[in-house]
Amino acid sequence: MTLTSNAPTGPIEDRWSKRKSELKLVGPTNRRKYSVIVVGTGLAGASAAATLGELGYRVKAFTFHDSPRRAHSVAAQGGINAAKNYQNDGDSVFRLFYDTVKGGDFRAREANVHRLAEVSANIIDQCVAQGVPFAREYGGTLANRTFGGVLVSRTFYARGQTGQQLLLGAYASLMRQVDLGKVTLCTRQEMMDLIVVDGKARGIVTRNLLTGAYEVHTADAVLLATGGYSNVFYLSTNAMACNVTAAWRAHRRGALFANPCYTQIHPTCIPQSGDYQSKLTLMSESLRNDGRVWVPRKADDTRAPGDIPDAERDYYLERKYPTFGNMVPRDVASRNAKYVCDEGRGVGATRRAVYLDFRDAIERDGLNAISARYGNLFDMYAKITGDDPYQVPMRIYPAPHYTMGGLWVDYNLMSNIPGLFVLGEANFSDHGANRLGASALMQGLADGYFVIPYTLSGYLAEHTFAPVSPDHPSCKDALQDAKGRLDKIASVRGGRSVESFHRELGMVMLDRVGMSRTREGLDDAIKKVRAIRAEFWENVRVPGEGLGYNTELEKAGRVADFLEFAETMAHDALYREESCGGHFREEHQTPEGEAKRNDDDFCHVAAWEFQGVGQTPSLHKEELSFEFVKLSQRSYK
Amino acid sequence: MADTIRLTLKVWRQRDPKDAGAFETYQLDAVPRHASFLEMLDLLNEQLIRENKRPVAFEHDCREGICGTCGIVIDGQAHGPQRGTTTCQLHMRHYRDGDTIVLEPWRARGFPIIQDLAVDRSAFDRIQAAGGYNSVNVGNAPDANAILVGRDQAAAAFDAATCIGCGACVAACPNASAMLFVSAKVGHMAMLPQGQPERSKRALRMVTQHDAEGFGACTNTLECEAACPKEISTRWIQRLNRDYLRAALASDEVPS
Repeated sequence: MTLTSNAPTGPIEDRWSKRKSELKLVGPTNRRKYSVIVVGTGLAGASAAATLGELGYRVKAFTFHDSPRRAHSVAAQGGINAAKNYQNDGDSVFRLFYDTVKGGDFRAREANVHRLAEVSANIIDQCVAQGVPFAREYGGTLANRTFGGVLVSRTFYARGQTGQQLLLGAYASLMRQVDLGKVTLCTRQEMMDLIVVDGKARGIVTRNLLTGAYEVHTADAVLLATGGYSNVFYLSTNAMACNVTAAWRAHRRGALFANPCYTQIHPTCIPQSGDYQSKLTLMSESLRNDGRVWVPRKADDTRAPGDIPDAERDYYLERKYPTFGNMVPRDVASRNAKYVCDEGRGVGATRRAVYLDFRDAIERDGLNAISARYGNLFDMYAKITGDDPYQVPMRIYPAPHYTMGGLWVDYNLMSNIPGLFVLGEANFSDHGANRLGASALMQGLADGYFVIPYTLSGYLAEHTFAPVSPDHPSCKDALQDAKGRLDKIASVRGGRSVESFHRELGMVMLDRVGMSRTREGLDDAIKKVRAIRAEFWENVRVPGEGLGYNTELEKAGRVADFLEFAETMAHDALYREESCGGHFREEHQTPEGEAKRNDDDFCHVAAWEFQGVGQTPSLHKEELSFEFVKLSQRSYK
Repeated sequence: MADTIRLTLKVWRQRDPKDAGAFETYQLDAVPRHASFLEMLDLLNEQLIRENKRPVAFEHDCREGICGTCGIVIDGQAHGPQRGTTTCQLHMRHYRDGDTIVLEPWRARGFPIIQDLAVDRSAFDRIQAAGGYNSVNVGNAPDANAILVGRDQAAAAFDAATCIGCGACVAACPNASAMLFVSAKVGHMAMLPQGQPERSKRALRMVTQHDAEGFGACTNTLECEAACPKEISTRWIQRLNRDYLRAALASDEVPS
């Protein structure tokens, strides 16, 4: 089946304006008649809930955290892009659009990306008005820095805590709406299922994590802003509770899952140090502005980094990509780190790390300047590793970080289920096969502040909504399914902890469906995932009574969904017979080891329809056309 | 030096809010020195699950010191002995073989215990809702560079805005006061031109809500500053006091 994007046609710069003028409006006094559920309170969810509350809709916002402010957007470090051209260095809406399409290796939808670039500037204005304390120049204007894959400085930042500050801004706006009674905040409520009535998304089933009670919540539309699925790898830069459950539950109810194999392995993370490790910590890509990446020229060189003279160091990114140097996009940087480690030139105890060295930057700009730029990141590195990065180079290695795949949405951010909208990292739309740095925050806030208020209004104005009672058969079914599933997990009473299954799944996924993939490896991954899943349902042990506050049961539900999702992800990677962005199939590479796309056969979105657990999902294609950025082999040389 | 250490843990166990609660003692034989404090608790929980016992409930999420979810009173200190460090960023290399460590939840009337080491900090959301924002709807904002903010002023606002809402300030305070939290919120906005129109109202309403939540008054013991993982200064409390006083005396707002 073929999917259509529902994007307007015509000149790219007019498309969003055209759509906005076509979309029907709900009048100010009628908005209170419509109810909207927003699941997730990260940048996308909090900004959407706040903005819809401001407009006058009746909003219920759900988070499984104790507070909206805990959402993992809070951990984003480096910055947020916007085509302001405050630096007078040649930036423009078109250039941000161009960089993002190219950076995504021509696997994103042009119309969406252009809209993102258009609204980027408004985001900065809004955030500043909220009081986000962005970095400033002495004259009082906003400061910028540069990020990977681009040749301008368009990234706005608040030290190394940009995500935190943007989230606090959105959270504050959300809490203002809570105070005004426009938004009902439901904390510690996890979405367990989607309620579909007469083909439309009309509600969700949640589990109250404090009491264990299952609840039905109905509304006229449901917005998912539930983040990405990097924790399918177990070890990732995501927070411990990040999961695929909400998206996967919607998928099981009919929502298509697009491009699940597009995952971003971030190049600059602190390497794993042992088997006990529970997560990996990112070191912002902004460090590559001043840090130089290198390994020893010789394999098995165990000298201390300071004892290796420059002539015996290989600054391999600067050597291979003189134009972009250390600022190549993330997928390219990660793959090259893997190559040099595979050659035996990795450093540190595990030999799976490369150096990120600030020696030259400190010599050039002074210790104080470097500390002002990256102080909190250096401190964090020192706390975790016990090494002082002012004295010795950081050791870094790629780690799963962000997922470009997600639920399929049209140009209006609506999934194939009418009334189910998907925002932020949870959808698939804007980053193609590789996301550029500082673009995730931009997309989350664009979707929430500036896109959904228009497109949701269009949907609500065009449909009628009969009230749905909690006794409706669809509500009861979804409630029973959700409850039955967790009850079943709790009743297994086997011998292995939830964590041990998650860890085992993660090792398979990282090894076989990680930075480098082969047909053979993916076939093997599918077999292994099935075996782990089978054992999980026979042998998982969830202690406690099941009801009430039970963090092991929460985890178990999420891991059970990862065990289903992982197979679809591997299947998508197997299907996509090409390399593009973060999806690297060893069978498809250029002689220099770069990703080799197959535009003849794969210039499309692969959106999968659920056919049952362990069943091959069925494929729906959305063809991608590139009218404004010419399809070409990416080059950062 | 050995790669692992042996530890004795005395952990506060409390099944639910009504349970009286008590300390339980556990032995861990091989804690990797490079593990984080929470990874050490993961090992304890794996051990408890193997023994078919209820694992220790503790709250955590990002494990990189920014989400503010984790928080344990470790040997009497909120977030443990390392200055400027959240519980998740504390590493076991700071402990010695054979050490005994005592783990307790945040204890404050404003933070009722949920289970074991997990407490309810929703009071902070309610304080935030009482004025921790600028009232600007989306669509109203002027160009970002139309509002000039001096570099040092922006940096000072950031120093307050860096608060992660973990509640260590409350746990450390003998009066269980959340004044460091409130002052950081109020101070962040008070430093910026965008925050001026609601400056008085914000100070009055947030302090009023703070008191209503059952947090105590500040008596300048400064324990909060010592415990704060983001090293937020108590000078923000002084600033808040000035703002509050000025607002109470001069504003049109009537404190309830």
